[in-house]
Amino acid sequence: MSVKQISVFIENKKGALATCTRYIADNGINIRALSIADTQDFGILRIICDDPKQTDSILKKGGYITTVTDVLATEIADKPGSMATILEVLADAHVIVEYTYAFLAPDGHAYMIFRVDDNAVASAALAGAGIKTANQEDLF
Amino acid sequence: MTEKRYFQKEIETMPREEMKKLQSEKLVKQVKRVYENVKYYRDLMDAKGVTPDDIKSIDDLHKLPFLTKSDLRDAYPYGLLGTDLKNCVRIHSTSGTTGRRVVAYYTQHDIDLWEDCCARALTAAGATNEDVCHIAYGYGLFTGGFGLNGGSQKLGCLTLPMSSGSTDRQIQFMQDLHSTVLCCTPSYAAYIGETLKEMGISPDSLDLKAGIFGAEPWTEEMRRDIEKSLGIKAFDIYGLTETTGPGVAFECEAQKGMHINEDHFYAEIIDPETGEVLPEGSKGELVFTNLDKEGFPLLRYRTRDICVLSHAECSCGRTLIKMSKPMGRSDDMLIIRGVNVFPSQIETVLIKEGYSPNYLIEVDRVKNNDTLDVYVELNPEQFSDTVRDLAIKERALAEAIKTMLGINPKVHLVAPKTIQRSEGKAVRVIDKRKLHD
Repeated sequence: MSVKQISVFIENKKGALATCTRYIADNGINIRALSIADTQDFGILRIICDDPKQTDSILKKGGYITTVTDVLATEIADKPGSMATILEVLADAHVIVEYTYAFLAPDGHAYMIFRVDDNAVASAALAGAGIKTANQEDLF
Repeated sequence: MTEKRYFQKEIETMPREEMKKLQSEKLVKQVKRVYENVKYYRDLMDAKGVTPDDIKSIDDLHKLPFLTKSDLRDAYPYGLLGTDLKNCVRIHSTSGTTGRRVVAYYTQHDIDLWEDCCARALTAAGATNEDVCHIAYGYGLFTGGFGLNGGSQKLGCLTLPMSSGSTDRQIQFMQDLHSTVLCCTPSYAAYIGETLKEMGISPDSLDLKAGIFGAEPWTEEMRRDIEKSLGIKAFDIYGLTETTGPGVAFECEAQKGMHINEDHFYAEIIDPETGEVLPEGSKGELVFTNLDKEGFPLLRYRTRDICVLSHAECSCGRTLIKMSKPMGRSDDMLIIRGVNVFPSQIETVLIKEGYSPNYLIEVDRVKNNDTLDVYVELNPEQFSDTVRDLAIKERALAEAIKTMLGINPKVHLVAPKTIQRSEGKAVRVIDKRKLHD
């Protein structure tokens, strides 16, 4: 099970992120989760929202470069060692984690997003360890 | 000042009328030879309705057709060869970039006259056979290293064929072998100066007294910096592979313009739009005619360099005509770290690598070193959600550009449609260097 994440190319310019998020808001899209990666020249805005397909086409229409990626979302317990356990399971399965970020779902649970090199292997390994991965709907 | 020294006094101080006579004699012979041996140029002359008989003196030169860089490209590799290949002993080539490569051929006679010209330049910078000439120009296809090397040996200097790079080793040789004359690009000279400072070595502790710097544009300000940081007097030298290499023109002690070795390279200034020859003192495009080269004898080659010629008397006693430092180009060529760069070359790489042809080149000079930044619009299909993938793309593109140009750019990927489109001719280059006073 995986979740669709939309990544948006953002130039390293004053106000670029504000313009982009305002554009998303003006189109009535609510961002559930977000992370930003940045380099000297550009940033990558990664967002999770309830209708990824529509959001992607709206952003493209607005002239943004986007890409949709399947990422894993797992619920994470609010106690020491939860994160380490998940990462150990992935490491044991030889899965490479490209990046990860956290957010709170409306049900009050914390979720981690994992971008990995092989979703199928990662999901299977997590399932084997009793760790559930979420669907898009689970997050809304 | 001690007695003025020249390498070939008779030529360098020849009265104007005699020089004109010499040039005329050489030109008449040269045009006959070229017409006979170089079909490419013969066709150009025929098309213009000019025969060798029409050229009776240097005053008839204007009747001949021009050669441009694109002729050199069309005629590559042998089309402009002036003699049998068996008579040639060497080639040199320009910075070697697709579609623009120039291969020039030299007979032993050509090498000799080139070395004479470089020896004149070294002598004008104060060098004698007692000097240790440290050559930190690149050796190889580039004309810099071999050109000055030949001149230095001809003059009888102890010649150090250092080539460029390994600055620590350069400095060690300067210290251990007491280099007195340095030859390299001005930006490398500036870099050596900075390195000396960082290493805490005083220029006074070195034996350097003069430097001959060329192959790229530099300013008076840079001259002062280099003179101070190396404790020397810095001289400019001009040349291009097409006509021979460094030594086409050189600066003397007056440091005001470069004397053209006009017994071998006849200079004209033309209006780049109309091709009309302009009177002395006018600013225009510099055109060279090889009066006696055999291997690659170019007649009326348009350099695209904009400058001014002057016969005004020089305090050094040389009567050779002087050219100003080039003040710009009549095409879009950039000289970056001594390498000729055309924006179209970068465009070729971008298209080949699957990028949009919307780009911006920014050239600057930071601490006397040229920097090249290339801004490229990212195509949607090239986008990735990971920074690593995009960084790899930037590096790969920089590598491809480096392979094409021979110099390292910094590539910046930018969002689509962010590079300004202009009506008509697009602005592709921002040159922030202030090279022309």
